[in-house]
Amino acid sequence: MAHAARGLSRSARRGPGSRGVGVVALAVLPVAFLGVLFAWPVVAILRLGVTDGGVAATLAQAQTWDLAAFTLGQAAASTVVAVFAGMPVAFLLARVRLRVAGWVRTFLLVPFVLPTVVVGLAFKALWPGGGVAAIVLANAFFNVAVVARTVGGLWAHLDPRAEDAARSLGASPWRAFRTVTLPALAPALASSAAVVFLFCSTSFGVVLMLGGGRYRTLETEIYLRTVQLLDLPGAAALSLVQLAAVVLALVVGGVARRRRERAAPLRAPATTARRPAGRERWVVGAALTVVAALLVPIAALVVRSLSTRDGWGLDGYRALSGSGDGALSVTGWEAALNSLRTAFDATMLAMIVGVLAAVALVAAGRARGRAARLAGETLDAALMLPLGVSAVTVGFGYLVTLDALPGDLRTSPLLVPLAQALVVVPLVIRMVLPVLRSVDERLRQAAGTLGARPARVWWTVDLPLAARSLAAAAAFGYVVALGEFGATSFLARPEAPTLPVAINELISRPGEPNTQAAYAACTLLMVVTAAVAAVIDRLRTPNVGEF
Amino acid sequence: MLTVDRVTVTYDRTPAVRDASLEIADGEVLALLGPSGSGKSTLLRAIAGLEPATGAVRWDGDDLAGVPVHRRGFGLVFQDGQLFPHRDVAGNIAFGPRMQGTPPADRERRVAELLDLVGLAGYERRPVTELSGGEAQRVALARALAPRPRLLLLDEPLSGLDAELRESLALDLVGVLRRAKTTTLLVTHDQEEAFTLADRLAVLDDGHVRQSGDVVDVWRAPADERVARFLGVTTVLSGELVDGRVSCPFGSVDLPWAPAGAASSTGAAASTGAASTGTGSRGSGSSGAAVTVGLRPHALRVAADGVPGEVVTRARRRDHTRVTVDVSASVPGVSTVDAVAAMSETVRPGDEVRLALDPDGVAIVG
Repeated sequence: MAHAARGLSRSARRGPGSRGVGVVALAVLPVAFLGVLFAWPVVAILRLGVTDGGVAATLAQAQTWDLAAFTLGQAAASTVVAVFAGMPVAFLLARVRLRVAGWVRTFLLVPFVLPTVVVGLAFKALWPGGGVAAIVLANAFFNVAVVARTVGGLWAHLDPRAEDAARSLGASPWRAFRTVTLPALAPALASSAAVVFLFCSTSFGVVLMLGGGRYRTLETEIYLRTVQLLDLPGAAALSLVQLAAVVLALVVGGVARRRRERAAPLRAPATTARRPAGRERWVVGAALTVVAALLVPIAALVVRSLSTRDGWGLDGYRALSGSGDGALSVTGWEAALNSLRTAFDATMLAMIVGVLAAVALVAAGRARGRAARLAGETLDAALMLPLGVSAVTVGFGYLVTLDALPGDLRTSPLLVPLAQALVVVPLVIRMVLPVLRSVDERLRQAAGTLGARPARVWWTVDLPLAARSLAAAAAFGYVVALGEFGATSFLARPEAPTLPVAINELISRPGEPNTQAAYAACTLLMVVTAAVAAVIDRLRTPNVGEF
Repeated sequence: MLTVDRVTVTYDRTPAVRDASLEIADGEVLALLGPSGSGKSTLLRAIAGLEPATGAVRWDGDDLAGVPVHRRGFGLVFQDGQLFPHRDVAGNIAFGPRMQGTPPADRERRVAELLDLVGLAGYERRPVTELSGGEAQRVALARALAPRPRLLLLDEPLSGLDAELRESLALDLVGVLRRAKTTTLLVTHDQEEAFTLADRLAVLDDGHVRQSGDVVDVWRAPADERVARFLGVTTVLSGELVDGRVSCPFGSVDLPWAPAGAASSTGAAASTGAASTGTGSRGSGSSGAAVTVGLRPHALRVAADGVPGEVVTRARRRDHTRVTVDVSASVPGVSTVDAVAAMSETVRPGDEVRLALDPDGVAIVG
């Protein structure tokens, strides 16, 4: 069936250009979303900086380039650590039929959702001096989940018989993995590595807490100059450098992905999991070691939230339920409810935009024309940009631009969900795209010959096959929105803070009770996250098959 | 009726199918036979509307150029089934009727009817991932037939199965196609499959339709040597046709079906009468027409009388022994020929044997 692979384009005989029109229609919403909520505010901020002059001066400083080098270097190191730690965990999630795998899948979301400031604090408790190693480990701590869940999602769908074939041809288990499974996983691996790299290069709270005065990244420097030094030209210049670095990373990643992304035959996931045997047990052991390591900072947080000056106690939690004692304008519980609602709205928005974009990207990738493919690749890269641009810049940009829209979005309760959705959309795309691309074209053709319109084909074939990834992406998006801090801290109305904003507020206040309440709030956030993740994971499993 | 009119499909400027024309009458099974890489799957995909093509595909005279895949009403069965892994057997078969808006009760009835037809009654709730290869192909066939397609396209439907299963499923498939009375285009590289299933045959080679016609006619009279060789002819000789009797260096046989006056313009028999033959009468002499004779292996049988030769290789088949015999000493211009021996015959390389002509394996080429 070599022809089938060659003839992926099905534009066929459906009137000239009708497919192109469809793709464009799909892409309209994502492009508009990106334009209004990202490009416009960012460009406005950059212009603000450039018109004041001083950009050239900042670019000429050696310090600027030191900052850029350190930013990219620590991001690369963190990505490597996250990938190496995440791969055994991905194996555990995808191929191992053990009860513990389900728990691990749910637990993995917890590190990822924790507000950066909190993780910074937790690592500082473990590693008082801070420093580069602490920064790298803390960044990796967040992102092991990205690698494990993205790669594991594809891995669970891969046909294990290819590996069996390699084994029968004389390959050792490791060799079979390296030569057969790893290349098949490459799309997911490259996708997740790109996401992790972007997350790490814009990592803010962690660097702020662990870098001390010595280690600064572009992101913390932008924050410093915008908020404290009011040096907008300097901040704009650094934003430009950050943007350039991110675009470069995206281009490199995109080229690598394009070279490797191939349709792998997918199978229903249930058939691929089995009990570990032989050396696979070592891999499972490694995965569990990674999980144990992830538990350490979390345990430290919980312990801190429960320890008072005179032994164990619930003082912190008590402080959360009262808005008195000069703590917050709302109770911790109200902040938690706010977080849940906001994150729900953000997830809905992000799923709509992200899935539309992913479908448009898949269609563009299958199109015959070079122009369509190029447009798809450009859109693909552009949709990743929000991950790589300082949340501070975006948040600040909103305040400058969005009053120009009718109905002033700045005071709308939708503002925070929109900003959070901006961060979640790239994640949704990266998680959904590899799986959608891997759906066998002939399955879709079979549905077509049975009378299904293209939209119906998508609904009855692509969607159910990608359901697991979609559910995973929604869960992921939800918890990311829950923990989003950078843009939210800029935009949340004082009377309606989210939990991370409240935590930051508590931390920045002096006094043991406040710190205590902050740790308690962190624990609360973790519990909420774990509960949400568990619920979504449970909801999803029976749905894998029928829709 | 399906009409394929001068269809050309081009991949990256290389034509995979060139000016192919075909016709399939209602209720007829046409096998599109060709070696791998001949473009037959591509042509099938173009007919289904999955491949952009120039030329016209018509149904009852209506050009389908603007009709997308899902409105053509052409069922398609892939070599490897391509069942929807997320649906059970019934879910797969009910897919087409569901797309047509058939009410659930009717769908259920249709599913049961088709499972019965393909011999899998009671399989409704089985997950498709647990089916054997043969079962999966039956379900794929049932799925394609469920929406009552006006044309059924089978893309090497049996190639992925083991030989025994292939044979029994081919026979079942004949029954199903007869009962369903569905117009069918079968793409295959397997002659046996084509002969078992099809009423008519079209031979595709290098993107061209070389010949089409009734299965037996094409089998007996391939259009040219290439087609003949693809249809199992291993030896091509010059011969002479007189009153339905064909003579060649290995003897003469009666071929009542041979077209009167069938003649190839190629030169006269190279070397008639170089060896005496068992039947030997060549009295009528010069009044015959020169023809090209194609011999399949079983046209030459190891026998008591006939053209002598020396066995070079031997291979056992299920129901006969296949030999290659060096006949260069007795038939000038021919070195070795393929022939068959009965299983009971003990032939070994180096043995001296005699070869007799069997009319069943003789084809008139051209």
